[in-house]
Amino acid sequence: MTAAGHERRWAVVILAALALLALLPLTAPREDVLNFVFLVLLAITLAESWNIVAGYAGQVNLGHAAFFGLGALVTRTLWTAGAPVLLAMAAGAATATVFALVIGVAAFRLRGAYFAIGTLALGEILRTTVGNVLPEISTLPTATIAGYRLTQRYYLALGLAAVSVIAVAALATSRIGLGMRAIREDEEAAESSGVGALSLKLTALALSTALAGLAGGLFAYYHISYYPSHPFGPHWTFDALLMTYIGGVGTLQGPVLGAVLYVVLKEYLALRWVDIHLLIFGALFVAIVLLLPGGLVQAAERARAVLGGARRAA
Amino acid sequence: MNVLAQQLLLGLLIGGLYGLAAAGLSLVFGVMRVLNVAHGELIMLGGYGAFWLAALFGVDPFASLVLVIPGSLALGALLYWGLFGFVVRAHEETRIKNSLLIGFGLALALHALAVRLWTADERSIPTSYGGAVLSVGELAIPLVRLATLTLALVLIGALQLLLSHWRWGKAIRATAEDWQAALLTGIDIRRAYLIAFALGTALAGAAGTLVTVAYSVSPSIGLEWTLKALIVVVLAGLGSTIGTFVGGLVLGLAEAASAAAFGGPYREVVGLVIFVVVLAVRPRGLFGR
Repeated sequence: MTAAGHERRWAVVILAALALLALLPLTAPREDVLNFVFLVLLAITLAESWNIVAGYAGQVNLGHAAFFGLGALVTRTLWTAGAPVLLAMAAGAATATVFALVIGVAAFRLRGAYFAIGTLALGEILRTTVGNVLPEISTLPTATIAGYRLTQRYYLALGLAAVSVIAVAALATSRIGLGMRAIREDEEAAESSGVGALSLKLTALALSTALAGLAGGLFAYYHISYYPSHPFGPHWTFDALLMTYIGGVGTLQGPVLGAVLYVVLKEYLALRWVDIHLLIFGALFVAIVLLLPGGLVQAAERARAVLGGARRAA
Repeated sequence: MNVLAQQLLLGLLIGGLYGLAAAGLSLVFGVMRVLNVAHGELIMLGGYGAFWLAALFGVDPFASLVLVIPGSLALGALLYWGLFGFVVRAHEETRIKNSLLIGFGLALALHALAVRLWTADERSIPTSYGGAVLSVGELAIPLVRLATLTLALVLIGALQLLLSHWRWGKAIRATAEDWQAALLTGIDIRRAYLIAFALGTALAGAAGTLVTVAYSVSPSIGLEWTLKALIVVVLAGLGSTIGTFVGGLVLGLAEAASAAAFGGPYREVVGLVIFVVVLAVRPRGLFGR
């Protein structure tokens, strides 16, 4: 099967699963079930958005939280000031994207590490600054809390996860996506065969940060109260990175699998031992980068190849 | 005016530690083309080394450098054998990307481990001379911080001597300059990598000790120090130890000046602005070749 056909089939499978999840609120589930699925959906959006820049364009963005945080900050500010939430989220995504492009133009002029350093610095500096300037916890007004409906947030998260899956699937099967993968494999060779590396990298970054900004907006719409600097925290970047790599970077289904596994294990482990899940995931992640760079997806393919070989031999 | 001078002085004093923190990172990055984003966590571990030596055995924090530095050298060698040694086999771009990822995972694991072992509390080392202040005119110079700046300078000087006179120091510089040529002249570059990484970790451990005695240590200081070191590395460029140290002083002064001009909440912004401007205008850094 061709790579594009492969991606399309996975897109259909994942979207079908998401469509089934759309029925969940109709069964009047317990609230914690709905909250749990919400977290998985948010994680899928976050992981797929990070995957666009890392998996397709081959650039390591260590400041993803900055764009998630900007989306959250702008959305929360506009929404609590009275703007419709979808409009506020769009504004949040636009802010995140514009910021990303400003940083990207400076940092992408240099190869390799500078983009990673630049984004890492951006994320942390925004976090401390927001924490210094807005130290007060942000809580929704009583009237809004009275009208709070979890189902609305759930469907928004579902829609956003579907959008991010469709976006990555469309990218993976397009000419643009092909160009990005050419950059990932060998930037100089790609440039000399007519691929505009800078503009494609910026395209990947714009798409990625727009989705991250939307995810941040969803976070701001979902949480009743949180510290404004919280969505800028580096753990949002860690989460995106771990989920994407554990699942399989540069594939459509990898980040989705990684997100499901990560959230399930995190919730399970966090109940028993606080913080130990980060130790486990940190170590697992290092092992995957060194030994199995394709993550779970690659492991599954290898297992299938071994099983297939055994069947042919028998 | 005096307030400003006092703030600039404090900025200069912490700048020395920025410089020391950055020197280790710069050495590793320059020689191995490996970017260890867990550098700040190594600083954190050095800080805990000094803290526990003081808390359990009553070792003076400055004297504990004698134990923390060899301990960090050994830790660096272990990390090289266990992790980063695998990374240097790849070609340059993959190498940087994989080292970033591994450093990230390592930082995460070390942070979680430190929280688990030592709780998230902030710790400092009380000493009998901790509050001593040297008055010069109307300026008050905290003696401990002055001592950390002096020691940072001494360590940078020692590194400079090692790199220019020791046989392996020269090998390290040759490898940084051009590893293929170094290989052709018979230098064991893997060994040079190992020594550079161990030295970088030792510098991180020493920086951590000084940070803990002058300020405090907690599991979460790692990322902050990695960032300061990265900003200094970009500011100073690669290839000059003294340049890196001066870069640290410049960052310390710039932060203090911006805190005085725009108020404390915005002091971190200046780091980002300097970073982006230097990146755009002088990609090889102010002192880079």
